[in-house]
Amino acid sequence: MSDSLHAETITIAGHGDDQIEAYISTSLPGGTRGGVVVIHHMPGYDRSTKEIARRFAELGYDAICPNLYHREAPGAAPDDAAAAARAGGGVPDERLIGDVAGAAAHLRSLANSNGKVGVIGYCSGGRQSVLAACNLELDAAVDCYGAFVIGDPPPDRGLSMTNIVDQLPNLRCPLLGLFGNDDAFPSPEQVDELDRILTEHDKPHEFHRYDGAGHAFFSVDRPSYRVEAANDGWEQIETFFGTYLEG
Amino acid sequence: MCTYATVRAELEGSAKGPGTKWFHVTDGTVYFDHPVHAMAEHTLNIDFADPSKGPAARVAVELTAQSARELVEAIQAALASAPDALKV
Repeated sequence: MSDSLHAETITIAGHGDDQIEAYISTSLPGGTRGGVVVIHHMPGYDRSTKEIARRFAELGYDAICPNLYHREAPGAAPDDAAAAARAGGGVPDERLIGDVAGAAAHLRSLANSNGKVGVIGYCSGGRQSVLAACNLELDAAVDCYGAFVIGDPPPDRGLSMTNIVDQLPNLRCPLLGLFGNDDAFPSPEQVDELDRILTEHDKPHEFHRYDGAGHAFFSVDRPSYRVEAANDGWEQIETFFGTYLEG
Repeated sequence: MCTYATVRAELEGSAKGPGTKWFHVTDGTVYFDHPVHAMAEHTLNIDFADPSKGPAARVAVELTAQSARELVEAIQAALASAPDALKV
């Protein structure tokens, strides 16, 4: 492992071959390595998410974070872009899948790629990580407290989104789930249900659930940050990706 | 959690933030969710915006739930204090 990395903003082909912005961070030492698609949380393609991408490069991966709000707000500040995307109804699932597919293809096209790509998402990105893993050829997926994988939002919430229970039998890769026991969305009962469904369909998965932590416990710049859960969560991620993305 | 809840309102008015110009407000977006800046896990967020001028044409506020309730009461009180003839 080395802490030498290169990071920059690039343009990739996303859903429908749309040219979208993405932040890429690559590990500089030679040799082949796996790739990680980082799906940003609902507040957007922000500094903290880009820090996560750089951390994966420090861990020896090539990581890329597509700007899911690029179409609504090209060049806008992350908070303005998130507000515009929210006002517009959010990111359609089909478009998300296409954008993650484009990001994964870009990682696999890199000279040092070993061909393996994982996906990780936080908050709304947790659900989107599972969604991507049910629809794309990926090697590992991480769901960090994604709401509405199980259960539906109330109908008056303004965003067109449903749970993805019907897609879970199609999960194509191992899933790591990291959840706070004080979270309401997903609730501990919903995490139990997700565990049950994946077990029923013989889908490899492992969940880690933390007392004293709620939603967004990885967010170092928010009051929800919980250092013990976040530190252990990062260790679980390193082990999980080390198992499925190396080689 | 991300509540995903988003309530929209058509507005007619103007807004201005520090260091910016006044602009015409056409849309209000209200949601209770993670703030960008306020030191709370969730806040009542309001965007006063004119989407026709781009994503940056926005004045955003993030209020604790209690502050939001007090703001609603203050708005209602201010409206109630004015003669009906002025409120057209």
